[in-house]
Parts: sequence; structure tokens; C-alpha cells
Amino acid sequence: MTAPDSVVSPVGETPSAPGPVSPTGVAHRGGPANPSAEAMRVRWPAAVRRVDVVWGETSVVIDPAMLVDIVRWLHDDPEQRYDYLVDVTAVEFRDAQVPLEIVWHLRSLPHRRFLRLKVALVPGSLLEVDSVWSIYRSADWLERECYDMFGIRFRGHPDLRRILMWEQYREGHPLRKDFPLRGRFSRSEQLRQALAANPEAKYSMDELSIADAYEDLPSEMRQRLRAGEATGE
Amino acid sequence: MADTRTVDVSLSTSGMDANGRVVRTPLVVDASGAPVAVAAPPSLESDLDGEHMLLNLGPQHPATHGVLRLVLELDGETVVRCIPHIGYLHCGFEKIGEYRQYNQIIPWTDREDYLNSIGNNVAFALGAERLFGIEITERCTVLRVIAAELSRIASHLVWVGTTCIDIGAFTPFLWAFQERENIYNLLEGWVGARLTTSATRVGGMAADLPDGWVDGLRAFLANFPKTVDEVDRMLTTNAIWVGRTIGLGVLTGAEATNYGLSGPLLRASGVAYDVRKDFPYLGYETYDFDIPVGTNGDVYDRFLVRMEELRQSVRILEQAIARLPDGPLNVDDARVILPPKGKATSEMESMIHHFKQVMEGPRPPLGEAYVAVESPKGEKGYYLVSDGTPKPVRFRIRPPSFVNLSAIPRMVEGHLLSDVIAINASIDIVMGEIDR
Repeated sequence: MTAPDSVVSPVGETPSAPGPVSPTGVAHRGGPANPSAEAMRVRWPAAVRRVDVVWGETSVVIDPAMLVDIVRWLHDDPEQRYDYLVDVTAVEFRDAQVPLEIVWHLRSLPHRRFLRLKVALVPGSLLEVDSVWSIYRSADWLERECYDMFGIRFRGHPDLRRILMWEQYREGHPLRKDFPLRGRFSRSEQLRQALAANPEAKYSMDELSIADAYEDLPSEMRQRLRAGEATGE
Repeated sequence: MADTRTVDVSLSTSGMDANGRVVRTPLVVDASGAPVAVAAPPSLESDLDGEHMLLNLGPQHPATHGVLRLVLELDGETVVRCIPHIGYLHCGFEKIGEYRQYNQIIPWTDREDYLNSIGNNVAFALGAERLFGIEITERCTVLRVIAAELSRIASHLVWVGTTCIDIGAFTPFLWAFQERENIYNLLEGWVGARLTTSATRVGGMAADLPDGWVDGLRAFLANFPKTVDEVDRMLTTNAIWVGRTIGLGVLTGAEATNYGLSGPLLRASGVAYDVRKDFPYLGYETYDFDIPVGTNGDVYDRFLVRMEELRQSVRILEQAIARLPDGPLNVDDARVILPPKGKATSEMESMIHHFKQVMEGPRPPLGEAYVAVESPKGEKGYYLVSDGTPKPVRFRIRPPSFVNLSAIPRMVEGHLLSDVIAINASIDIVMGEIDR
């Protein structure tokens, strides 16, 4: 790592001196928090680990064990009504000591509020967290993408498999910091695999369970499936 | 029944049953040739019951708008199940963003939703500016509104044109692309590029308007509503268009919200959520415009919503031209803006400043920012996390098309195969944004 990219840990930082302030008065740190953060502190005192306000956006770091309960409460409570899941993603810092964060962006359309929920997974812990699919259908693909890119397993997701990378992809999870920009395999190996692949003849076992479709497959593919490959190519 | 005889079965098709299967009744006549009523036998095609077909639609199909692949399980012509496959255009934008300075990411944003490239530039610059704590100048704010609305019009025009092609109309496609050409000519005069604009910088814009550009925009705005009216006359009450779009892919407002849809799809289902109104940016709260909302949430309502958004964008553009202030374009902030070229080549301090800006890049303070804008497809967000270095530690794109497309199985199941094309068109997907 070169000198300009030296890492400043963002966790546990409580700057004593006032940070920068934008000309219209939005503070870098601090400022009025989303009222939902206070309500969460009251309702879930044990689960709320930290509340940050950065550039006017409220982030609440919560206990992963209570995630689904809290999100369901945020979704159902008439004072909160966070009915819109904007995004599910993760952040891995360049410093391997800093916990990997999983981030949910929620919006309350009736109350016009925006809330960021976070779960911090300390280094060495299992990359697993509960799925919010049962509350928001939009979590389906967003959690699949997060799994594909970071390798985080969402417990309770009905169909957790790769979405952007192909299912036979073996190089790992591309957005992890230990994944090199050019991939793990050599250029020639990547090229060889790309040329050997037939992207249109790829079905998951779920699709192949349709019996008649199985008969329509090329015989070579049927042989490989019989030999135990999980997906056809 | 010795005195009856059965006439050739193949000639006695009496119609179809509720499932669309052919019902054949042996036509039985007595000796005098008069028909005798007999109970219909079980369907002659009963052995086809439960036999489903797997159809691979795409990824190289013109109606899938890029490289979308849908695996459809068909019962006859009815879709029983739809399994989408994406990722054929995955380029790793989010990974590359972690290796680039903030201004270097802007050209990548062109290539996500390439029908709305200048709108993406604006959105990313807003995200980076919140991370830096920069407030852009008045003139820059209005110019970005003009850029975003022009690109909304261009994107909706492509949508109208290509959807017409998908459904079988050709003429409105030509009208729409003619107007889109005018917009691209305007953009070319402004930033020098048509599709890959890279128009914004952190803290300002790459270029100010050239002389006479606003007159060109005025001329466009004077003519454009006529084209919208023509397309409107051609399609809105057209029996074929209405027949091919009404009642398809219906989602209720609660469902659409739960699926995370945004943009015209969500508003067609009756949820009046528009980032420009609900979480205003770029001073949109000071413009006078309306948010069109549908009632049925079908393909036809999505069409109506987009047509009205074209008109509302014209209103916003007219107000933006009227209030376009003079004054500086870029912020006066040495952290992000390069010194003037004359100074950089004559003064040592400015030259060092220029060198450090270009080679190392500006450093935002520790923090994170999520900025969402209303792109033509829906809520487009950029989530940037900084660890104090010149390169973001996380560059996350919240792609509206991606989330909108995730609802396609829910929308198409139970419809006919030909309606899959219409429903897919109504989502307005851009695979560059979905796969990133």
C-alpha cells in the first residue's frame, strides 16, 4: 500500500475538535439525527450500538441478532413506516482490522425519512446475517448481489446464488479487498474460460427440473449433468 | 347406435376451452344426416396436459434491450414461470471505482445508464460534493438541472421509440429519435460529446455554455411539445396500442413499494414518490412542476406517466432558462478545483497545487454519503465511503433498473409470451446499469 493510500480508521472515532462544515451549515459530524434513531434507542436499548450523523445522514449500528426484529418494527410501526428498502450493500475497509459493514438504506415514504442501518462484522467472524427478504421483496436481488460480490450469506433468503457472476465462477467474491483488480486467475486462463463458455446454454438445476426441457438439452450437456455438475453450461 | 355414424373428427373442432386447448367433439349424425347430441369426450389433446416448454429468450434478442436473458416456462403460450439471468455485461464499475480518484470516476458513470449519461454525471458529482462538504454555485445548480432534464427527455424518447418497435409501431420511433438527435446536438455543442458526456467535475462542470446555446435550447423547447402531441395522438387512443398494453403487468402500489420499484413504474402504480419532490436536490423544490401518477399500474399507465413526464420536463427547462444566473461556474475551493492554467504555468505554488491535484487527487474527510437523484429509470443513488484517502473505499451504485427488473417474474407470470415483450419494455431497462 503506497503512502497516499494510508488508512485512517473510521471506527470509534469521536473527533473532539469540530469537523468541517459545509457553507449551508450541514456539519460533517453531528447535527440533528433522524427522529427514528432516538425511537430505536428507546424501543431497542440493548440492540442499538451507535448512532452517527455524517453530513446530515443518520446511521444506526445495530446488533446483528436483532436485525430482522428491528427492521420489521421499522416497517410496521405507525410512527416509523419504513416501507421502502433502497439498497443492501456492504463496505469493506482497506484496513483489515476494521469490521466489514453491511449497510441497509431505508426510506419512509409517508414520513419522508431516510435511515441507514448498519451491522458490523468483526474480523474473523462468519460472514452471515439474517435476510430481510420476508419483509421487503426488493431484498431478493440486492442480497444476491451482496452475496455474489462480498460472499456474505443471508440466512433465510429463498434463492441465494450468484447473480452478476456466473454460477460456476470460482475466483471468489470480486468486491472483497483481497481480490485483485484483475482477478485471481491469469489473463490467459480467464480468456480460455471465456472462450470455452457458452453463455446461452446455461441453466440452473431449478430450470432443468422441468422434465421435458431436460430432454431438449444437447446430449453432451445431459451427460455432464448426469455426471454430477450442479449447473449446465 | 347402429343407425348413427361419426363424421371425420378432424373437421369437427368446435372451439377452445378455458385453457386455450382445442376442444373437438365428434359430430354424430343419424341416418337422415341430422346431428345427434352426445357428450363430449375428454380432450383429444389431454396427453399434452402438464407438458411445459422451456423457452430461452435472449441474451441476444432485440426485444430484451441488451443482454437480458429470460428463461420462460411456458404452458402453451402462457408463462408459468420466469427466471431472469443477468450479468452478461458486468464490468466491475464498483471495483474499478475503488482504484480511481473522484474526478476519474465520472467517465465511468457515463457508461452505466448510457441513455442518461449526463444525468449520472450530475448524480455522482452531487454525491462526491456531499462527501467533500461542497455547495456548488447558483449557476452550476441551474446548469445541472438543465442537463438532468434534457437527459430525462432523451431517455424517455428512447423508451417511447423502442417500445413502439417492440409492440409493432414504427413511425413514433422515428419521431422520437429525431427529437433525441436535437438533444444530442445540443449536448455536443455544450460539452463536446454526445453520449459519453463526462460533463461534471467535483465542484462544478467541465464547461460553461457556449454563446447562443440557450437560444438553441429555446428553439428545441418550442418545437418539442408538438412532437409529444403527435406521439400522443398516434398512440394514446390507438386501439392496437391500448389493446397491447392495458391490463398487463399490473402491480398494486403496496406491491410496487415492497418490490422497491421507483420512477415511472412506481408512480404508474399510484405511489407519488419522486426523489425530486420527496428528497429535493439541486433546488428542485423551487421549481413548479407536477408528478404524474397512474391508477392501474399496468403497461399503459407507465406509458401515460412517461408521456406526461416529458411535458413536465419541458416546464422545468423553461423555468431553468428563465432563472439561469450569471456568475462563477465552479466553486472557489482549492481542495477540488484546479488553479487557472495561466497561474499554473507561471507561479510555483499554483504549479505544485495543480500537480498535486492531478497526481494525488483531492482528499475528502472521513465519512460517507448517499445521494439519490430521480433518473429517468427511477431512484439512482451513489453511496460513497471515504477513509480519508483520494480514492473511495466503497463506490456503490444503486441502480434503479436492477431493482425494477427484479420484479419481472411477478409481472409476467400468467401472461402470454407476446406480452412478456411489452412488459419487459415497460420497465425501461438499460443493461449497462443493471450489470455495471
